[in-house]
Amino acid sequence: MTTEAVTVFVPRDSAARSVGADDVAAAIAQHAKSTGRDVTIVRNGSRGMLWLEPLIEVATPKGRVAYGPVQANEVAGLIDAGMLDAADHPLAHGPTDEIAWLSGQQRLTFARVGVIDPLSAASYQEFGGITGLRKALELSPEDVITAVTESGLRGRGGAGFPAGIKWNTVRNADGPLKFICANADEGDSGTYADRMLMEGDPFLLIEGMTIAAHAVGATEGYIYIRSEYPDAIQTMRSAIEIAYAHGWLGEGILGTPHNFDLFIRVGAGAYICGEETSMLESLEGKRAVVRAKPPLPALEGLFGKPTVVNNVLTLAAVPTIMASGAEAYQELGIGRSRGTQVFQLAGNIKQGGIVETAFGISLGDLVNGYGGGTRTGRPVHAVQVGGPLGAYLPTSRFDLPMDYEAFAEAKAMVGHGGVVVFDDTVDMAHQARFAMEFCAEESCGKCTPCRVGATRGVEVIDRIRFAEDADSHAANLVVLEDLCQVMTDGSLCAMGGLTPMPVLSALEHFPDAFEPTHTAEQTSRTEVTP
Amino acid sequence: MTVPPLGQGSDGGNPSERVREIVADHRDERGALLPILHAVQTEFGCVPRELIPTIAAELNISRADVHGVASFYRDFLDEPAGRSTVRVCRAEACQAVGANQLVESAQQQLGVDMGTTTPDGDVTLDDVFCLGNCALGPSVAVDGITYGRVDAARLATLIAKARNRVGAHQ
Repeated sequence: MTTEAVTVFVPRDSAARSVGADDVAAAIAQHAKSTGRDVTIVRNGSRGMLWLEPLIEVATPKGRVAYGPVQANEVAGLIDAGMLDAADHPLAHGPTDEIAWLSGQQRLTFARVGVIDPLSAASYQEFGGITGLRKALELSPEDVITAVTESGLRGRGGAGFPAGIKWNTVRNADGPLKFICANADEGDSGTYADRMLMEGDPFLLIEGMTIAAHAVGATEGYIYIRSEYPDAIQTMRSAIEIAYAHGWLGEGILGTPHNFDLFIRVGAGAYICGEETSMLESLEGKRAVVRAKPPLPALEGLFGKPTVVNNVLTLAAVPTIMASGAEAYQELGIGRSRGTQVFQLAGNIKQGGIVETAFGISLGDLVNGYGGGTRTGRPVHAVQVGGPLGAYLPTSRFDLPMDYEAFAEAKAMVGHGGVVVFDDTVDMAHQARFAMEFCAEESCGKCTPCRVGATRGVEVIDRIRFAEDADSHAANLVVLEDLCQVMTDGSLCAMGGLTPMPVLSALEHFPDAFEPTHTAEQTSRTEVTP
Repeated sequence: MTVPPLGQGSDGGNPSERVREIVADHRDERGALLPILHAVQTEFGCVPRELIPTIAAELNISRADVHGVASFYRDFLDEPAGRSTVRVCRAEACQAVGANQLVESAQQQLGVDMGTTTPDGDVTLDDVFCLGNCALGPSVAVDGITYGRVDAARLATLIAKARNRVGAHQ
């Protein structure tokens, strides 16, 4: 046994912590001490292989080797079996970088997540951080925007609007005060990439926002993080402090005349704040009620000033584009979907986690290839892509390429890249009802199609499910489709406008689920909401 | 029981005075009302109705404005929750791995409905729509800490731990 210090990585990501990473880290420290080994524990982000969490890595001269999933009560056995010397073990996966699930990906935005200590400015720079900001500051704002435009980067929050065009609008708007706002109100079920990035590589978001500020002439920025993400809030706050200390924020960024101040704002449990105009209202300290557009936030955004509102992953893609060139980014992907997307495999999935790869991979390759099918081992029945407002797709659509336009054509959406898998025990009529129920719960109340339509939608779906005869069943199906049309056409924002998507897709692809299954004798005619 | 009565700060000081201090701490921030309400919620465990006029006066806005904002957001409570809060995720990714059954189990184990508190004031049970732990569901947050792959048995352990923790502080 050697006596050299060994570095062990135990993720601090809240997903890893949710299954015991803190206990594992404590057990390693304790057992290593009792065996007389000098161990340095680094709390890194997660590699994104979430089914293997807590995944611990031991640094060796030949690179890092992985063990997982490790529980605290297995640590002593692992260390006794020689884990600190990279010994083989049933929980060992060999060199982390050679794990096929990981090595097959094209990690640009997530290149450092899980690799470095998220709050080490030195590691950040050692692994290529701040290169993009330095390059951007050498360029004129116009040239930065040209690069972002040429990269083909589109908004990763779901809408897919070209980032360069938005930035150019803000750039050309008049006014001494402009803002950069990062939308980190990641409320969509099945999406967690924003959280993992903020917890695993927070400086990247800061760097992206600072580049955006230079490009459009903004001096102040806000990151709006949902309150359900306490670890991300804490990590981002610490990272901002460190960034100020390194001259990456504040006055005279990296010795240039540019100034940029960055603040965290915490949400308060309202899903609607993921919609950009309601987020702006919330940042202003108001009820998060959606604004009508126009005016565009790019012209009249936060406090009426020109404002860039981008998703976390959009801003986090920018440093890579600046560092490696727009062309390299633009070469990836298909059609008008350029670069990489950070897909998030979720729900009933065997190998859930982060798959960052170029647009164009098929839905089936994500779910069955990377995902390995369901966790329960039952057949995949439905997949919801793009969050609660995205379509439910059957396995017959697994050939669909992950591409904004291909999904739109299939009456679905890529959204934020979340993929939620359901096995064959799912009741699709219940899922459709839940979509309406969720909209009713989370609607801001400003427009009638959303506020009233969602409640009526729950009622109509109940009448379909518990229809007493074929006529009433058929009549209510017509009402539901009509209601969905009104919500789609008449809602102010995506909340009411897209809630029909999961409903209608469930109806289209899984019509059997909507057959009346309950008899008239049944006393409870409506489903009880917990 | 050492739970402070409604509207009294944890240090037992004058609540209105404490609110004025909180407002002063955040006055220079843009859109300060949300940070202020968060701080009030942290300090008092809720946004006490009787303190809303003080917040309004300090910010020179109407009581309706403050009440409107405080009542819009789920995080700002009218009255303090139980000494411990258990939130079960009910969003789609967790539903796909049994969240609805876990909700039922939670209600049975605690003997209360979602959104209510046990009669002894120990535990508030509530739902939440997504904790960002969608590959390791069903997820539950206990006092802000997220737990993954929670089944009925693990939930029972988490509830027992929460009860012990709040019991130890009494």
